[in-house]
Amino acid sequence: MKLYCLSSDAAKPCFVLSFKELLIMLDCGLGAHSVLNFVPLPPVPSTRLASLPNYTPPHLNDPLLEGELKECCGRVFVDSVPEFCPPLDKVVDFSQLDVILISNYTCMMALPFITEETGFKGQVYATEPTLQIGRFYLEELAEWVSSGAGGGGAGGAARRWKELLHVLPAPLALAARPRAWRRLFGKGAIARALARVRVVGYDERVDVYGALEATAVSSGFCLGSANWVIRSAHEKIAYVSGSSTLTTHPRPINQAALRGADLLVLAALTQTPAHNPDHMLGDLCVHATVTLRGGGSVLCPVYPSGVLYDLLECLSAHLEGAGLAHVPLYVLSPVADSSLAYSNILAEWVSASKQARVYLPEEPFPHAALARAGRLKHARTLHDDAFSADFRQPCVVFCGHPSLRFGAAVHLVELWASNPQHAIIFTEPDFPHMEALAPFQPLSMKAFHCPIDTSLNYSQANKLVRELRPRELALPEQYAAPAGGAAGVGGAAARPHIATDAPTVVLRRGEARTCGTRRGMARATLSGALAARVTPREVRAGLRCAPLACALRVRDSRVELDEASGVGGAAGGGGVAAPPRLAGAAPDVDALVAELARQGAGEARVERGPDGCIVHLPRHDTLIHVERHATHVFCEGGAEVRHALRTAIDACLPPLSHF
Amino acid sequence: MPDIKITPLGAGQDVGRSCILLSMGGKNIMLDCGMHMGYNDERRFPDFSYIVPEGPITSQIDCVIISHFHLDHCGALPYMSEMVGYTGPIYMTHPTKAIAPILLEDMRKVAVERKGESNFFTSQMIKDCIKKVTAVTLHQSVMVDNELEIKAYYAGHVLGAAMFWIRVGSQSVVYTGDYNMTPDRHLGAAWIDKCRPDLLITESTYATTIRDSKRCRERDFLKKVHECVEKGGKVLIPVFALGRAQELCILLETYWERMNLKYPVYFALGLTEKANNYYKMFITWTNQKIRKTFVQRNMFDFKHIKPFDKSYIDNPGAMVVFATPGMLHAGLSLNIFKKWAPYEQNMVIMPGFCVQGTVGHKILNGAKKVEFENRQVVEVKMAVEYMSFSAHADAKGIMQLIQYCEPKNVLLVHGEAQKMEFLKDKIEKEFKINCYMPANGETCTINTPVKIPIDVSLRLLKAEAVRYNAQPPDPKRRRVVNGILCVRDNRLSLLDIDEMCDEIGINRHIIRFTSTVRFEDPGPAVKTAEKLRTLLAEKLEGWTITISDGNISVESVLIKVEGEDNSTKNIYVSWTNQDEDLGSYILGLLQSMVQ
Ligand SMILES: [Zn+2]
Repeated sequence: MKLYCLSSDAAKPCFVLSFKELLIMLDCGLGAHSVLNFVPLPPVPSTRLASLPNYTPPHLNDPLLEGELKECCGRVFVDSVPEFCPPLDKVVDFSQLDVILISNYTCMMALPFITEETGFKGQVYATEPTLQIGRFYLEELAEWVSSGAGGGGAGGAARRWKELLHVLPAPLALAARPRAWRRLFGKGAIARALARVRVVGYDERVDVYGALEATAVSSGFCLGSANWVIRSAHEKIAYVSGSSTLTTHPRPINQAALRGADLLVLAALTQTPAHNPDHMLGDLCVHATVTLRGGGSVLCPVYPSGVLYDLLECLSAHLEGAGLAHVPLYVLSPVADSSLAYSNILAEWVSASKQARVYLPEEPFPHAALARAGRLKHARTLHDDAFSADFRQPCVVFCGHPSLRFGAAVHLVELWASNPQHAIIFTEPDFPHMEALAPFQPLSMKAFHCPIDTSLNYSQANKLVRELRPRELALPEQYAAPAGGAAGVGGAAARPHIATDAPTVVLRRGEARTCGTRRGMARATLSGALAARVTPREVRAGLRCAPLACALRVRDSRVELDEASGVGGAAGGGGVAAPPRLAGAAPDVDALVAELARQGAGEARVERGPDGCIVHLPRHDTLIHVERHATHVFCEGGAEVRHALRTAIDACLPPLSHF
Repeated sequence: MPDIKITPLGAGQDVGRSCILLSMGGKNIMLDCGMHMGYNDERRFPDFSYIVPEGPITSQIDCVIISHFHLDHCGALPYMSEMVGYTGPIYMTHPTKAIAPILLEDMRKVAVERKGESNFFTSQMIKDCIKKVTAVTLHQSVMVDNELEIKAYYAGHVLGAAMFWIRVGSQSVVYTGDYNMTPDRHLGAAWIDKCRPDLLITESTYATTIRDSKRCRERDFLKKVHECVEKGGKVLIPVFALGRAQELCILLETYWERMNLKYPVYFALGLTEKANNYYKMFITWTNQKIRKTFVQRNMFDFKHIKPFDKSYIDNPGAMVVFATPGMLHAGLSLNIFKKWAPYEQNMVIMPGFCVQGTVGHKILNGAKKVEFENRQVVEVKMAVEYMSFSAHADAKGIMQLIQYCEPKNVLLVHGEAQKMEFLKDKIEKEFKINCYMPANGETCTINTPVKIPIDVSLRLLKAEAVRYNAQPPDPKRRRVVNGILCVRDNRLSLLDIDEMCDEIGINRHIIRFTSTVRFEDPGPAVKTAEKLRTLLAEKLEGWTITISDGNISVESVLIKVEGEDNSTKNIYVSWTNQDEDLGSYILGLLQSMVQ
C-alpha cells in the first residue's frame, strides 16, 4: 500500500492511495491562495483598479513584463486573470486513476483538472449534496472569473513575471511554484466533470472493481460531507477529511465506522485553530448589530452554501432580538436561488433537530420563511433590475468571493471602502483577511475577522485519533510534530500538532510513502457441501486442520471454493492433485520396510547411521535416506516404482495428531 | 441453517393486507404490517398469535420493515407496537416515516369517530409508534445487529416507497413491497442492482396485465373527464391523500391550462397543502424532471385546483372533485358518492385497486345498488370508470425486475391466486428457477446452498493462477487449489502447507525424490543447463523458471547438471512430494529429450 500527496494545502487535500492494484484518489482540493497575488476582477469596470500604477522592478528593463504588474499601497499585484493551484500532475498519471472519492464540496474544486483532457477513465463518487453544492461552488467560481471586467492588458495571460520572481518584492517573490498555476476551466469542463460523479448515500457500500468496498460515512462538517472507509476482506483504511464534532446543521459525525482502521489518513482540519466558531458567530452578530445601528451596512464575503445557512439563521434571529428585524438580508450569487432552495430539500442529510421540522412538514432551514416574509432577498448579481430597484440600506449583504478577487464582493468593497460607517466581516477561513483587503487599501470601512471553521481543531483531532485507535496514521506535514521533536521540551513555541503513539507517516506535496501492513489472505466462500466432507483433526488446542483439495471459481473477483470431482492426472494437463499430506515426523523405518515388501518392491537392506537410516532397494536402484526432518528418495526406477514408493512412505508417516 | 422460511400473514394469494414473516439464519423479520380495509373487526389486523400464542412478541421478531406508507402495508403497525407490545426495531424510509402517521390518523378518525369503533389505537399511540421508527435512506447499509443487514432500493409506487434487501450471513432476500417499473409524472421507476438474492419476494397485483401505454391511459382519463364536465356532469375521483392524487392533479392542471378550461376542480382534503409540502421536502424522491425544475417551478403549486368545501356537494353544474379515501369505504368520498351516484350525467373514476368489501369494489363489479349499514340503499346510475393508475409493476415489469436482480428463487405475494398461477408458470419457464406462492398461514421453505466465509492464502491463489494461466485457455478446465484447511475460533482459513507449518510452529518432514537422466551433450555443463532451461521455458509456459549457478528451479523442482566438458552429463531432477506432478512431468520431458 502506498500513499501519494499531491496538494500543498492541507485544507484542500489531494491524496492518491495505491492499494490492491487500484489507484484511488482521495479528494481533489483546489489551492486558491494564489489568487491573492492578482489584481481584483470587478464585475463592472472600476476606475480605481484600472488606474493602479504599473510596477517595474528597479534596474530592470524587460519589455515583456510591460503591464503585467500593478502596485497598490506598496503591494505588487499581477494584472491578469487569476490563477489557481491544482493538485500536482507529475507524480501520478491521472489516466491511470481508478476511483476518486470526494469527502465534501470544499475538497473537490479541482475535479475538472483531474478528469478532463487527462485521459481519466475512472469512477468518481460523492454524496448527492456534495455533488449539488459542489456544482454551485464551481459554477459560481467560473461565472465570477469569466464575467469579471478587466483581467489585465496582457490579454489576461501575464506570465513573464513568473520568470522574474527573484527580482520581485515579497510576497510575490515567495509565490510557490507559480509556473504550475492554472487558469480556471470553462463551464463545459465543469459540466463534463460533474457528469462523471456517481451519487452515493451514507453507509452505502460501493463495490470498487470487486476488489474493495468504499463507504461514505457522515463527517458532521457540512451537508453531505463524508469520511470514507475503504475495506478489503482484511484491511480497513479510514480517510477522515473535513470532520466536525460540533453540533451544527448537518448530520453528526459517525465515529464508530472509523474505529480500528489499519491506516487512518487525516486531512482538512480547521484553518483557524485559535478561533472558537461559536464565539466568532457571536462576535459577528455583535459587530453587525453595532454597524447597522450606526447606519452602516455590513458585507460578509462568503461562499454560496455551508456556514452561510448558519449565518442567516443566527443573524436573522439576533437582529430580530435587537429590534433590527426590518434590516434586509441580501444573498448575491449566480447560484443563490438554487442554493437556498436546495438546502431545504435535503431532509435526509440534516441534523436530527432540523429533520424533526421536516416531519411537520416545515423547511429544515428558516431561510425559506425569511424569504417569504420579505426579510431575505436573493439575486444573481447586484445589477439585476428588480434587485437594484429594491435595494435598501442599511443592509447585510452576503456574497462572494471570500478572496475579494472576483465576484460582487469586489464591487461592494470598492463602493463602501471609503465610508467608516460600513463594515466588512470575514467569516470564511480560506484566506487571510488582511491579504484579501490589500488591493483595496487605504480602507476606511471597518474590517472584522470572525473566521468560522467548524472542522476539527487540534485537541478535537487528537481526541478523535485516540478514540479511533488506528494501527497507523498518515498526515500532511502541517499537522505533524515540528521537526526536531524538541517541541514538547521547549514548550514555548510548540505549534499545535497531532500527537499519537501509532506509527505515523508524514507527507508533503509530491511525496509518496509506503504504509499499512501487507496481508497474505483473500476472502472467499466455501460451499456447505464441501465443508460437510472434511473432518478437521485437532493438531493443537484450539486448532483443527485437514488437507483440502477444492475446485476454485472466480466470478467478479469473488472467490468460491467447491467440491473438486476426480483426483489424479498430470502436471500440464490440468489434472487435480491429491491434497497435500502434512507430515510432521519421519516414517517408521521398520514399518516402511514391511510396506515396501507388501508393495512388491522386493528386498530392502537397512543401514543405520547416527543421523538416520539408509534403506537400499537394489532391485530398483533406489536409496531412501530417512532423517529426522527429511526423507530423500534417490530413485532411478520408472514412474510406477516411484508411485509404489510414495504410497509406502505415505502409509508409514505418523499422523499429525501425534504432535 | 440453510433454509429460508416464509409465512404470509397477509398478502398470501390476496391483496388485502401485506404482512409476511421471513426466517433465515436464525433471524425472524416481519415484512410490512398492514391492515385489511375490507374488514371492520379483528380480522383487519394480522394474527399475531400465529407468531407467539402467548408471551412477549419482541423476542420472536428481530425487526419489522415497512415498505411504504399505504395502510395495507403499515396500518397495523401502531397496533403491533403499542397494543400487542412489540418493542424491537422498526425500519422505513424518511418520507414513509413522515407521511405514514398522517394516513394512520386519518384512518383512525374514520374508524373511531365516524363508526364508533373501540379497541382501536389512539392518536397518542400513533405518535409513540412512529417515535420508535428508525428512518433509513436509499442504499444505506443498516446493520440491525451483528448478523442482520438491510438495504433499501427505490421502488417508485408512492413517495418514499422502497424495496428491501435483507441479508443474514451468506443468505439474502429481496422484498419488493409495491413497486412500478415505469416512471410516471412525479415518480421514477424502481431500480435494483444485480444483487442475486437467494429469494425475491415480489408483489403481483397486475400479474396478468400488460398495460396499454401510459400516454393512452392518460389521454383516455382526460377525455372522459372532459366529456363529462362538458355535459354538465360532476366527476368524483376517490383518492388517497398522497400518491396517485398528486400525479392526477399534475395531469389535470396541465390539461386545464392547455385547453383553457374553466370548470372548477377541487381537491377535498384538509391537508392538500400539507401533502404537497411533503412532496416539496422530499423532492429528491420524485423523478428527474421534477427535481431538475423545482427551483424555478414547484410542480405542486396548482393554479386550477382549489380546496373543496362540503357545501359544494350540492352546487349545481359541472365540477371535478378529488376526495379521500380512495376505495370509497368511508369518509368524504363516500358521502359525495352517495349524493351523486343516482344521476346518470355524473361519473366516478376509480384510479386504483379496491379491496373486497369496499363500496369501490362493489361498484367496479357492476353493482347497481349499494346497501349501507343503516339500511340506506343508493342507486348507482352514474358512470363508473376504472383506470389503473395504481403504480404497480405489470407482468412485464415483474419479469424485468427478476432479470435485473437475478434471484435464485421467486415468491409471489400481494396478488390473486389465479393470476399468480399464470405468472408463476411464466417465471419458471422463462428463468428456469423455482417460483412459490404460499397462501396466508402457509409456510414455504426454500433450500439455499450454504456458503461459509473462508480466508484463503494469497500464496495459494497466486500459485494456482500461475499454473492456470500457463495452460492454453479452456473454459471447461477446472481450477483447483490444494491446501490445508484450518479451523480456529470458528474461523476458517485455507493455507499453503508451508504457511501452515510456520503457523503451528512445526518443522515439516520433507520428502524429496531425485532421479538421474544421462545426456550425451559435449561442451560445458552450463551450456547444457541453458539448453534445458530453453526447453522447459517452451514446455512450461507461464511458470517461473529461474537459473542460478547452473541449477534450474521451477517451484520446488530442482534440476542440476554435472559432468566434465566433452563427456556425458548427469542431470539430477529433484522435487518434493507435493510437486510430484510437476516433478514427474519434467523428468518425463527430459527422459524423452535424451532418447
Ligand atoms: Zn401500495
